[in-house]
Amino acid sequence: MYKSLAEAIRDAQAQRKTLARLALEAEALDQGRPVAEIREALGRALAVMRQASDRGMVGDLTSVSGLVGGDAAKLRLGPPGPLADTLFRDVLARALAVQEVNAAMGVIVAAPTAGGAGVLPAVLTGIAAARNVSDDALVDALATAGLIGAVVAERASLSGAEGGCQAETGAAAGMAAGAATEMLGGTPAQVGHAVALAQQATLGLICDPLGGLVELPCVFRNATGAAIALAAIEMALAGIEFAIPCDEVIDVMGEIGREMDVRYRETAGGGLAATPTGRRLAKERLVQIKRAGR
Amino acid sequence: MVSLLDIIGPVMVGPSSSHTAGACKLGLIARCLVGGTPDRALIELHGSFARTGEGHGTDKAIAGGLLGFRPDDERLRDALEIAEREGVDYRFEKTTLADDAHPNSVRITVERGDRKHVMLGASLGAGRIHVSEIDGFPVEVLGNHYTIVLVAEDVKGSVARITARLAEDGLNIATLRLSRKHKGGDALMVIEVDEAPDAHVRDHLRAFPWVRWAHRLEKVSG
Repeated sequence: MYKSLAEAIRDAQAQRKTLARLALEAEALDQGRPVAEIREALGRALAVMRQASDRGMVGDLTSVSGLVGGDAAKLRLGPPGPLADTLFRDVLARALAVQEVNAAMGVIVAAPTAGGAGVLPAVLTGIAAARNVSDDALVDALATAGLIGAVVAERASLSGAEGGCQAETGAAAGMAAGAATEMLGGTPAQVGHAVALAQQATLGLICDPLGGLVELPCVFRNATGAAIALAAIEMALAGIEFAIPCDEVIDVMGEIGREMDVRYRETAGGGLAATPTGRRLAKERLVQIKRAGR
Repeated sequence: MVSLLDIIGPVMVGPSSSHTAGACKLGLIARCLVGGTPDRALIELHGSFARTGEGHGTDKAIAGGLLGFRPDDERLRDALEIAEREGVDYRFEKTTLADDAHPNSVRITVERGDRKHVMLGASLGAGRIHVSEIDGFPVEVLGNHYTIVLVAEDVKGSVARITARLAEDGLNIATLRLSRKHKGGDALMVIEVDEAPDAHVRDHLRAFPWVRWAHRLEKVSG
């Protein structure tokens, strides 16, 4: 698999291929498996993503601790805001839905991680529903997203414990932005700009869940991560270019992650987890979890 | 090598790919070292695993792995109760491993019958794992291949005889790594193969008088 998005973009341009095609061929070569088989596996992931999104929309789930749940349904059914009846609002709802399923120990696709699992399905399936995108095109988009995520894994990190939330919902936003940009007809170069635009917006984002539970703020970070991805897609497709190349933005994300104090890396030692309310809620809920033996 | 399907995946029970899915995979590898559900297990959690493991279900996930549950198995939620029901004597402890140990590291000591093994592993994020030590030997097991692990006396030609044996059993070697603690000491071999090895492969390897033990590790990723 590629270790540089710039290199992948150059190859895609030279070979007149999409990044999705390039990613599928590279994976086929690495794993010694036919492209069709990889597409099939991605198709299964797509099905699980849809199931999780649908499941979370119902609004009857509560997380293991009871801290989160039911908010996706509020966006679906609740009073309108400035984004009423838009793709944007639907994408936010889908991101919350998938993450609420995750927090309830339901089945999701970790893409790239479970903590950031809401962003990619929300952006891709939300756009697909509004724009009649085929499942084949969605599978291609997942391949592009996988390529971007693989580069982030190689150059930086995909772990909140290593790199903070910028490595989870931040990376997910970059993957979703790049993948959807290509899905909507963007060039490989535009994909690069979309990734950079999304990832730059989450630089420095810490991982600070209450009690270490992937619940609060994780559920909401997925919705805002999806919003960042949508903004990046819109800008990249409009022809906006980000002057710092995406590989360098990814590198600096890794660097910031390594410098980040351990309190901000999934240890519940800082950030929202360490606020007075954060501490109080976490304590109450963890006691409850233990008492319930869950 | 990072696989696309590790990034878009795994399909898993939440809430955390590193603290739940990766932890489960580490449990699965430890299970393989003793060839089944262990009678006893000591699980020493380090760093973020120790600090936030409970909330993420890391304990359930590792116990589930020891029981043979995969990361998408909804029984993970109840793995501690199931382990107790099945009579697994497990114990979790918080510890501090080396300073440079990955923040999501765990040392698992498993016993089954007269077999006892210790492994050190880490969950790297996105469900990817890295086992760095087995019984004190430095190794590099990522769990994305079927893997054979064996310890042999330092006998000349042992590698050639083992690889020949594997070829006869129809296995294609992807990677082979050898490590030993000192010259003339026992050598540990980690052999990643493309096909799933049958139980008889392990028996064939154990038939060499200079092979102390051999195990098949499951492919848990990719």
